[in-house]
Amino acid sequence: MIDFLFQTLWALDATLRVATPLMLCAMAGIFSERSGIVDISLEGKLLSGAFVAAAIASLTGSVWLGLMGAICASVLMSLLHGFACITHRGDQVVSGVAINFLASGLTVILGIAIFKRGGQTPTLSSGERFRPIELWFVDAMDNIPIIGVIYRELISGHSLLVYVALLCVPIASFILYKSRFGLRLRAVGESPIAVDSAGVSVTWLRYRALIVGGVFCGIAGAYLSISHGANFVREMSAGKGYIALAAVIFGNWRPVRAFWACLMFGFLDAITSRLQDVDLPLIGEVPAQLMSALPYIMTIILLSGFIGRPSPPSAIGVPYKK
Amino acid sequence: MRPLPRWADLILLPFINLCTAFFVCGIVVYVIGENPWEALKVMLKGAFIYPGSLGYTLYYTTNFIFTGLAVATAFHAKLFNIGGEGQAYVGSLGILLATAMFAPFLPAIFVVILCIICSAAVGAAWAYIPGYLQAKRGSHVVITTIMFNFLASSLMVYLLAGPLIQLGQQSPQSDLIPESAQLASIETFLSLFGINIASSPLNLSFVLAIFALFVFWVLIWKTRLGYEIRAVGKNQDAANYAGINVSRIIIITMTISGAFAGLLAVNEVMGVQHRAILNFTAGYGFTGIAVALMGRNHPVGIFFASLLFGALFQGGAELDFEFQSITRDMVLLIQGMIILFSGALAYMFNPALSKIFNQFNKNGVDND
Repeated sequence: MIDFLFQTLWALDATLRVATPLMLCAMAGIFSERSGIVDISLEGKLLSGAFVAAAIASLTGSVWLGLMGAICASVLMSLLHGFACITHRGDQVVSGVAINFLASGLTVILGIAIFKRGGQTPTLSSGERFRPIELWFVDAMDNIPIIGVIYRELISGHSLLVYVALLCVPIASFILYKSRFGLRLRAVGESPIAVDSAGVSVTWLRYRALIVGGVFCGIAGAYLSISHGANFVREMSAGKGYIALAAVIFGNWRPVRAFWACLMFGFLDAITSRLQDVDLPLIGEVPAQLMSALPYIMTIILLSGFIGRPSPPSAIGVPYKK
Repeated sequence: MRPLPRWADLILLPFINLCTAFFVCGIVVYVIGENPWEALKVMLKGAFIYPGSLGYTLYYTTNFIFTGLAVATAFHAKLFNIGGEGQAYVGSLGILLATAMFAPFLPAIFVVILCIICSAAVGAAWAYIPGYLQAKRGSHVVITTIMFNFLASSLMVYLLAGPLIQLGQQSPQSDLIPESAQLASIETFLSLFGINIASSPLNLSFVLAIFALFVFWVLIWKTRLGYEIRAVGKNQDAANYAGINVSRIIIITMTISGAFAGLLAVNEVMGVQHRAILNFTAGYGFTGIAVALMGRNHPVGIFFASLLFGALFQGGAELDFEFQSITRDMVLLIQGMIILFSGALAYMFNPALSKIFNQFNKNGVDND
């Protein structure tokens, strides 16, 4: 029983850690897509954030400057996306693909030019990373059976950015559903012409949505390289931006549901390594590749309308022309 | 303001976009402390001058023609097939299957033809599903083809590291395909006629690629199906009203697109590696997007865009040897810039250019 509890706690703990960048990127995706801009450049923003965070943290020794840099880099990518597909009404998917290419190329080129380590950044010392935080009353809570363990092992002891990511979900939800900006943002994704005729600038609204998304992706990138990891490695985003996009769809473009999708995908990822060479009852051994493909398979099945009906923003992907 | 003259729209504007892309890359090279001009010279030499380099360039060109055609076919129906990478990857399964089934008892020429057909068929099947899902269930091909790339990658890792792994091998790769299914390299082929050229991976699939360009041209502009594909791309409602079965065309277009992508496996598996290896697609499928955008979905454009990217890939490899701080990763940046300026920002210079042309016309140099 105790063993099972620890196993579960361990899996959930790992889930949270894997799901953190997914949550942040998914929120970014929701903001962008709810405003009507397809965002497959999440991957590229995540990657550039990760590189800049690690590079600045290693050059200056400051995690905070690293985080700021990551946010700036990611927002810059967002602005480029906006410049191409809002200002110049270019194809949003093409622009996203371009940004992903630029990110893969630039991070490695700049990495080699600055650090001369084949595209990696130097390993950061513990002072240059976000360290795990011990929450209040951990020791006091230890006296309570089970809850004390859960509090110590699962809830406490993560880096600041994990808590930031968890906070981002209610914040995103609040902005989208309770603020004037959120109302307009949702409206511009459904019917930009209505927003325009109400005298609100479609362009500026969509730019703001992309900037908010850039901030989220930047934090996610910093998490990858200066919190979860201790340096930048080439292509370290490894498709997480696309999984986050899948989570956005899975969550039907709603923050809380996307949050659960991220946790589910994170959980799948976390238990994959555990399930290797394990015979499950009835099923037998599950190939690790099948496990890693599951998020995509589930998203495809969901998108095909076999489980419920996805309802994307109606104006998504269509450039707005006055 | 009148629109741009045709030649400016077809040649001048894409040329300006391309130059802008290279210019921005040049700035990046300059910023990291190297001479962009030198880098360009090294790339050109590496792509065309050194012995065998032209062969390598054309070998890459072959890949890009296939993936470029895949993307372009879908573009004509206004579909965005990002899945070329995955379709090409699983295309190799068709070849392995065909060699296992037919190689033991059929003469080489039939084996080769069946292999080519099977690689196209498996690539087509991989694209059929996203096409079907878009046409019948309303899920967007952009998302589904991205997902299918990941699925293809997982599937191939599983197969190449498991059931298909070469016996006694640790690295994930299949057995060698039988000799009857291997395509002759151009070098061997030309030596039959007494012509000796430097060794390179260029093989007879280059001929297949040129043939594919021709097939594409006939299909899109000379057949009823091509007309229907373009009609669906221009306006689905109008096409529907004209009696074209739109969902059928969407499915067929995606299938053809996947077939072109699947042919990439012919070059890599039958022509060069002679086996399926891990990640042999190496991003060629994504480069196809840049190729189609630059080539404006026309076979002639696609050929030259493929040649450009072939030269970039081959010349980019040369950067590794000649420079301290720029590597072949430069090619990723160039690709990104080309997709950005020739794709997403394709019409950025349009207003400025129109103004210039109108100015000319006002001054009495009216020639249309």
